[in-house]
Amino acid sequence: MTAAMLAEAWVAMGANRLRTFLTMLGMVIGVGAVILMLAIGQGAQQQVEASIASMGSNLFIILSGSTTSGGLRMGGGAAPTLTLADAQAIGELPSVAAAAPSSPGTAQLVYGPNNWSTQIMGTTPSFLAVRDWKLAAGFPFTDSDIRSATRVALLGKTVVTNLFGDEDPVGKTLRIKNSPYMVLGVLAAKGQSLDGRDQDDTVIIPVTTAQRKLFGTRFVGTVRFIMVQADSADAMPAVERSINQLLRQRHRLREGADDDFSVRNLTALANTAAETAQVMSLMLGAIASVSLLVGGIGIMNIMLVSVTERTREIGIRMAIGARGKDILLQFLLEAIIISVIGCLIGVVLGVGGALTVNQLSGMTIVITPESIVMAFAVAAAVGIFFGWYPARKAAAMKPIDALRYQ
Amino acid sequence: MSGSPDAVIRIEQLYKEYLTDAGPVPVLKDVSVTVEPGEFVAVMGPSGSGKSTFMNILGCLDVATSGRYVLNGRDVGMLGSDELAHLRNQVIGFVFQGFNLLPRANLEDNVGLPLIYRGVARSERLDHAREMLAKVGLGAYNRSRPNQISGGQQQRVAIARALVNRPKLILADEPTGNLDTATSKEVMALFTELNERDGITIVLVTHESDIAANAHRLVRLTDGRVIYDGPIQHAAPEHLEATS
Ligand SMILES: Nc1ncnc2c1ncn2[C@@H]1O[C@H](COP(=O)(O)OP(=O)(O)OP(=O)(O)O)[C@@H](O)[C@H]1O
Ligand SMILES: [Mg+2]
Repeated sequence: MTAAMLAEAWVAMGANRLRTFLTMLGMVIGVGAVILMLAIGQGAQQQVEASIASMGSNLFIILSGSTTSGGLRMGGGAAPTLTLADAQAIGELPSVAAAAPSSPGTAQLVYGPNNWSTQIMGTTPSFLAVRDWKLAAGFPFTDSDIRSATRVALLGKTVVTNLFGDEDPVGKTLRIKNSPYMVLGVLAAKGQSLDGRDQDDTVIIPVTTAQRKLFGTRFVGTVRFIMVQADSADAMPAVERSINQLLRQRHRLREGADDDFSVRNLTALANTAAETAQVMSLMLGAIASVSLLVGGIGIMNIMLVSVTERTREIGIRMAIGARGKDILLQFLLEAIIISVIGCLIGVVLGVGGALTVNQLSGMTIVITPESIVMAFAVAAAVGIFFGWYPARKAAAMKPIDALRYQ
Repeated sequence: MSGSPDAVIRIEQLYKEYLTDAGPVPVLKDVSVTVEPGEFVAVMGPSGSGKSTFMNILGCLDVATSGRYVLNGRDVGMLGSDELAHLRNQVIGFVFQGFNLLPRANLEDNVGLPLIYRGVARSERLDHAREMLAKVGLGAYNRSRPNQISGGQQQRVAIARALVNRPKLILADEPTGNLDTATSKEVMALFTELNERDGITIVLVTHESDIAANAHRLVRLTDGRVIYDGPIQHAAPEHLEATS
């Protein structure tokens, strides 16, 4: 019975190909848009999540200078007030896993005929722990390198590629601002940061070397920022309080005086970014769903026209024994076939579109089987939902009225 | 007249009025007719006398305003729409003046259509349909479309479709109304054969006395009332008068 109905629906659809095609096109565009938007949205979300994961967990960043200082808004890290000793003291606070003082700068690197300008991060071995950064090759520098301010370096993947090509850099010597530095190790790749920078385009050297030998500093022993990792997410509020307390004490700030530093909860910021990405992804899906809805309304419109046009046919079928539910099933099947085939084409176009976007812009896209299954379920539901009313209308006709219809 | 208990059609005091903007219009007034198995009944009457209305009620396509209609032992007034559909499918074969074939389907699909609603599988459906097409002399046209054959052939396809479920009763409302004299004769020969050889009960509306002459019994309607019901040989000449 259903097989016969399917065949009949097929014939009916074939009878007005252009119209069937245009109706289907509504579904194709709707489903295609949903698949494409979900792929892009989830891609963005996944990228943000990857960036967050690469950042390290339970992180604070402490910047020199207050966010507001004497009524003037200062750029973070403007007035150098944080010191290596501050970092060491914070590292000894309870529930603090590690604290890494950081003095970043930019310099030109030269190796053989190649040169590359990049960010140099002067820091301590704890930096790797705080950022949860592994080495792909070689060894990290140690506290004794900090004490003696040795010229050693850890290179990011991008730097290695640009300076060394396929050569193994470990043990080689490169020149930073004309001074020789020995490469101790290569950092594992981390990819993009939340703000879109290439985190692998970096060189890590001992903070003391950066301060004394590479950049020099007006205020000896100060650092631009300190990164702190708490033991756990639960410990973060307590750690933030004790950092504030400790630094005010160490900086001898009087009661009521402004902080000369600021503590930012990076993990909270990251979570906000993740939520934003998720909302974005949902919004894209929602906007695309509207076109699916429009496609559904198109189906309903055409089915209504079709029912009216075929009133006489309905009458003939009823006269030879079709029950209301047979007529209902016939029109419903037609609507479902249109929406499901439209969906099929839409999935192909949506996936193709997403892959094209990926090829052209390098944007991360994620196509999950769930989103495809969902698109199918929605398309079938749209077919049933929007096909129901016209089909019901057809089925409810009185045989004699349908037969007499001119 | 009460008739035997196994009458195909038993209608008692049937009234039908149409509701129009100008109020109810009575069309059938106190019609009582019984048709026994194997009868061949012609219904005649002037235009607007209610013949089609009567046939639609006989065919369970429309319902009477009051009165009783028992079809093949079942009181039609007591049945729901699915059961009526079942009766139309199993007991009745319709032949309309306008053929009423599905223009997009080929002849074998058209003829096999009633079997779909019985849940018969496609191959079996087509077998039956081809058999019926052969029976009405159109075995060579299985795959043609209705618009590729003549009116007389289309009416024979419609008869084949009416026959495919092996009905007890064929209802034909002016089946030759759109046909010329020669094709009318062919179609009527087919009806006669179905009635005589297969014993199918036939009720047929016509305006022409020579078409009516194929039947054994005449029911004459005028202004919604039965004014003659009896053997066609005994009908007065004015009852057999061509009306149109
Ligand atoms: N749906 C309807 N609504 C209102 N009045 C109707 C309807 N159908 C038929 N009638 C009226 O009922 C009367 C009988 O119509 P019917 O079609 O039964 O006549 P008929 O005997 O078949 O005529 P003809 O020989 O022209 O086919 C006519 O007066 C007609 O106008
Ligand atoms: Mg009529």
